[in-house]
Amino acid sequence: MPANLAAAAKAAPSSDETPAISVKDLRKCFGDHEVLKGISLEAHKGDVISILGSSGSGKSTMLRCINLLETPDSGEVRVDGELIKMKPGPNGNQVPADIRQVERIRANLAMVFQSFNLWSHMTVLENLVAAPTHVLKRPRAECVEQAEELLKRVGIWERRNYYPPHMSGGQQQRAAIARALAMNPKVMLFDEPTSALDPELVGEVLRVMRSLAEEGRTMLVVTHEMGFARDVSSKVMFLHKGEVDSLGEPKEMFARPPTQQFKQFITNFNK
Amino acid sequence: MDYNFYLSTMWSVLKALPLTLEIWFFGIAFGLIIATGLTWLRASGYRLGEYVTRAYVFVFRGSPLLVQLYLIYFGLSQFDFVRHSPILWPILRDPMYCTIVAMALNTAAYESEIFRGALRAVPVGQIEAAKAFGMSAFTRFRLVTLPIALRLALPAYSTEIILMTKATALASVVTIMEMMGTAQKIQHDTFRPIEVLTCAGVIYLLLNLSIARLFAWVEYRLSPHLRPAPEQSQQIKPIPEVL
Repeated sequence: MPANLAAAAKAAPSSDETPAISVKDLRKCFGDHEVLKGISLEAHKGDVISILGSSGSGKSTMLRCINLLETPDSGEVRVDGELIKMKPGPNGNQVPADIRQVERIRANLAMVFQSFNLWSHMTVLENLVAAPTHVLKRPRAECVEQAEELLKRVGIWERRNYYPPHMSGGQQQRAAIARALAMNPKVMLFDEPTSALDPELVGEVLRVMRSLAEEGRTMLVVTHEMGFARDVSSKVMFLHKGEVDSLGEPKEMFARPPTQQFKQFITNFNK
Repeated sequence: MDYNFYLSTMWSVLKALPLTLEIWFFGIAFGLIIATGLTWLRASGYRLGEYVTRAYVFVFRGSPLLVQLYLIYFGLSQFDFVRHSPILWPILRDPMYCTIVAMALNTAAYESEIFRGALRAVPVGQIEAAKAFGMSAFTRFRLVTLPIALRLALPAYSTEIILMTKATALASVVTIMEMMGTAQKIQHDTFRPIEVLTCAGVIYLLLNLSIARLFAWVEYRLSPHLRPAPEQSQQIKPIPEVL
């Protein structure tokens, strides 16, 4: 473990409160290629952690292991202190022991995808109402009311009866963020939310994400937006070749890059 | 031109339309049930299920419907156990039932392939989003996979239904007096093939036209998301042309 990791751990507020997300020694291979080589991470309530790294560094895989869209080969994931139970699978790998538990935990971890993944046969409003009514079993009228509020908040209420293919990428991603918010999630996972957008549409999505950070939401954000990482997040985590290269306060990290790799990474971005 | 002959032939053939529709309806209804089972078996992930469905599709898609109909109607009754079975014999001695069975078995092979393709074409990202929001496998299937797959399957499915409409004409070779059987009888009695077959052909055409329009309407209703956005749609004709 690099020295700065220990320092960062010490610097973190030493509260007794259970972390919202705690990942320990996560490992994952795709065939012969080891994508995650033992990653650990702790996110407390209100943390906004930006996860940086060049492509292939394992950042998206790590995020997808947290809500079990990928099954980690080993390591543990705890959400709000609750361990996601695993059992040995048929091919020597491990599989979730209790799919109901996984579904329950997923409902608390809303995800925003790079390519939005809105359900294309539903209107925007239906997209926001589907999971709260069918997963959380909340009354429909209440869900519709909340959905309209959220759509107003992200600025696309006028488009509530549109179908996703009829909207711009930025509007679709804002709808996807509203869909995530409609679950009242404990933690929000963002998987490169602005990477599929035209440059002029990135700003509108980042503004929404910034306002979420400001209201104290717990967020894990895999991103290439250095401005967001530096100015909005409370911690920056830099992955390099499947390992945590460095972790720390964003201002500190960007002012004095703790490792050669991270220095090189941000230099490449500023070119 | 002998209009009276045309009219009387038209009327005689039309009187057989209900029988044609009966074969058609039960053929595609049972076919759909079998196809659903086959698709489920294929998608279930069991090795054996996959082999069974592949063999089924190979046999029933690979051989002519006429051969299958003859084998079921003339062939199966050669076996003693069929003739002595209290369940099989009442079905297999009746040409009507035999036609429906042959059509259902045949169309199920095609339809299961259509459904399999449609299920595979559902965008992975949308299924993944359903997973990420905590939906159970059943809810995911009901709210996301199935509605999208049905929309994808509809164009190919409507073609299959039109093929089945035309295939009902084969029932005439096992003594059923549906539209084609009736037309052939009039033709044999009058030796006027042009008039008689034209009448039959026109009725089949009109029948398929209505089926195609019906499917086009259903498709239109189900896919507002594939049409231009609301503010652009004013200049566009609401119902797409068929044929």
